[in-house]
Amino acid sequence: MHVVYRELEGRSKGYWALLLGLGAVLLLGLFAAHTMEERGHIITGMTNQIVWGMPHVFAVFLIVAASGALNVASIASVFGKAAYKPLAPLSGLVAIALLAGGLTVLMLDLGRPDRLLVAATVYNFKSVFAWNVFLYTGFFAFVVIYLWTMMERKMNPYTKVAGFAAFIWRLVLTTGTGSIFGFLVARTAYDSALLAPMFIIFSFAYGLAVFNLVLMAAYRGSGRPLGDRILFRLGKLLAVFVGASFYFVLVYHLTNLYFTKNHGFERFILLDGGIYPLLFWGGQIVVGYLIPLLLIFAPATRNSRTALAAASILVILGAFAQMYVTIIGGQAYPLPLFPGMEVSSTFYDGVVHPYTPSGWEIMLGLGGVALALAIVVFGLKILRFLPESLGDEHVDAQHQAA
Amino acid sequence: MSGFDTYRRRFMGGVLGVGVTAALPAGVLFWQTAEGDVEDGPPASGKVRWGMLVDTTKCGTGCDACVRGCDQENGLSGNTSPTSPQWIRKVQVTNPRTDYSFSLPMMCQHCEEPPCVDVCPTGASFRRADGIVLVDRHLCIGCRYCMMACPYKARSFIHHPVTDQLPEVPRGIGCVEACSFCVQRIDAGKRTTACQDACNAEGHQAIYFGDLKDPNSEISQRLASYGSQEVLSSLNLHTGVRYQGI
Ligand code: SF4
Ligand code: SF4
Repeated sequence: MHVVYRELEGRSKGYWALLLGLGAVLLLGLFAAHTMEERGHIITGMTNQIVWGMPHVFAVFLIVAASGALNVASIASVFGKAAYKPLAPLSGLVAIALLAGGLTVLMLDLGRPDRLLVAATVYNFKSVFAWNVFLYTGFFAFVVIYLWTMMERKMNPYTKVAGFAAFIWRLVLTTGTGSIFGFLVARTAYDSALLAPMFIIFSFAYGLAVFNLVLMAAYRGSGRPLGDRILFRLGKLLAVFVGASFYFVLVYHLTNLYFTKNHGFERFILLDGGIYPLLFWGGQIVVGYLIPLLLIFAPATRNSRTALAAASILVILGAFAQMYVTIIGGQAYPLPLFPGMEVSSTFYDGVVHPYTPSGWEIMLGLGGVALALAIVVFGLKILRFLPESLGDEHVDAQHQAA
Repeated sequence: MSGFDTYRRRFMGGVLGVGVTAALPAGVLFWQTAEGDVEDGPPASGKVRWGMLVDTTKCGTGCDACVRGCDQENGLSGNTSPTSPQWIRKVQVTNPRTDYSFSLPMMCQHCEEPPCVDVCPTGASFRRADGIVLVDRHLCIGCRYCMMACPYKARSFIHHPVTDQLPEVPRGIGCVEACSFCVQRIDAGKRTTACQDACNAEGHQAIYFGDLKDPNSEISQRLASYGSQEVLSSLNLHTGVRYQGI
């Protein structure tokens, strides 16, 4: 049984409207970046206390999700699960697109985006940030090669090797992204060896959530058959990743609570830090973990596609809450300059730092999301990423053939 | 098969085109900035290590002469909004159990193992042979990773265009900056920092600056005879700034 891939027609009004809409959001994002460069970061909510803001929430989410989006492909080629095989090309495309969106936001948020070439030519090999430049470029390269081995029949025999390479690479990539924070010894929030593995687990859940939505939208939009079987399989997988994320978050906070020096910070994030406990419990835990798990497993909803789509959306919303708590919350809590002492200064030592993201930052972040989606939408039109049918009969046949 | 090839080529061509278009303006800019020629003075010597000792028992609570001295020397406005650069600040430290309170100036500690230098992706953050930690304003891309990494919150990001900068202290929007131990004075042969001069003028004499490697310098002699500490000494960064009475 051979899977037939075909590009999207991409001639309908809906298709162009979607692409135009995404283009508009992307333009707004570029406009925001331009204004930020012209007038400076003063127009953002970022300060000398909260130095990484909303753009980083978006960018890190997109980059982490990119690595996770490759999961489906990995499961197919690395772990040999034939049922996922037809989905592998799409998984690669979504991964590349998300990474491109995330990196664009990260670059455009730089104080001097015009010095991109400096960043690309001068390296400090001790810097995790600089490693990441290589990790990201490598990721693009590996995924493109992987896609090629899948699409070019001559290259098919190499798919497994390429898939394996991409799989290993993306684990390293997420470790690298997690380590961007993990290396910040001075900050209580990030001083934990658990951060990098936790980011890997997060990436599985976030990437799959995005993938599910793209898959459902693409099949719905193109009117191709998409069977329940493959879909609910993905749903179960999402539940596993969400559960694992939940577990890791528990361990992370419990180990933090074990060390007295971290009690102040834990109290801040979990209890009395205003918006942060709210986002943590309400956003990350309830919206991001509990409700999606309920939707996927509850007898009333477990066979509903709408519920699966809703669960995926909620996982993504929870992801944003998590990024906000990790990135902004980690900075809002004052640095312990003199542990155990009370400090005050004109530079806001010893006080919780307020942060209100400005519209510009959000525009820039959304621009990155739009770029990622536009790449997917356009990619589906020019290349053969999507199987003509993922109806149950096709998926079963595929499964049996393996 | 040829269909596949065409698609692939179209795809790759598109990707390449976008990449080149994006890189072009950056390349032009790079070319322009690379053209200016600056004459370098003699390199900093590894035979000295500049350092500072702050005697907090002499530092006046509420006094901010050092801050004003620094602002004037380096062309800072003195604003203290959350987005204003502050190279040096007065920190009031109080023990909540005993109510004992003292104040001290806090600035870049010129770490021997500077986390800011470790994390900087481009190498803009660097440590000179004489121990002074600086930001190369031509290499800094404004990623602010160094600010995330500095345990002393010593660095500031420039949030808006800078107009009235001093010729010896070039500064610019979108870059990160911090205390430079008045490097422009050191390189001109002076042996005091602006904060130290200001503190002395106020009659406090709380700041000593000098060569830590010269056993006969006043700072080395003082360090040898009185107990002093690094802030956050547990991080083992071997700071160039040390404090007495903390
Ligand atoms: S105090 Fe901060 S800015 Fe200064 S050298 Fe140390 S880490 Fe770098
Ligand atoms: S902001 Fe500038 S000095 Fe700081 S880490 Fe980035 S490039 Fe280096």
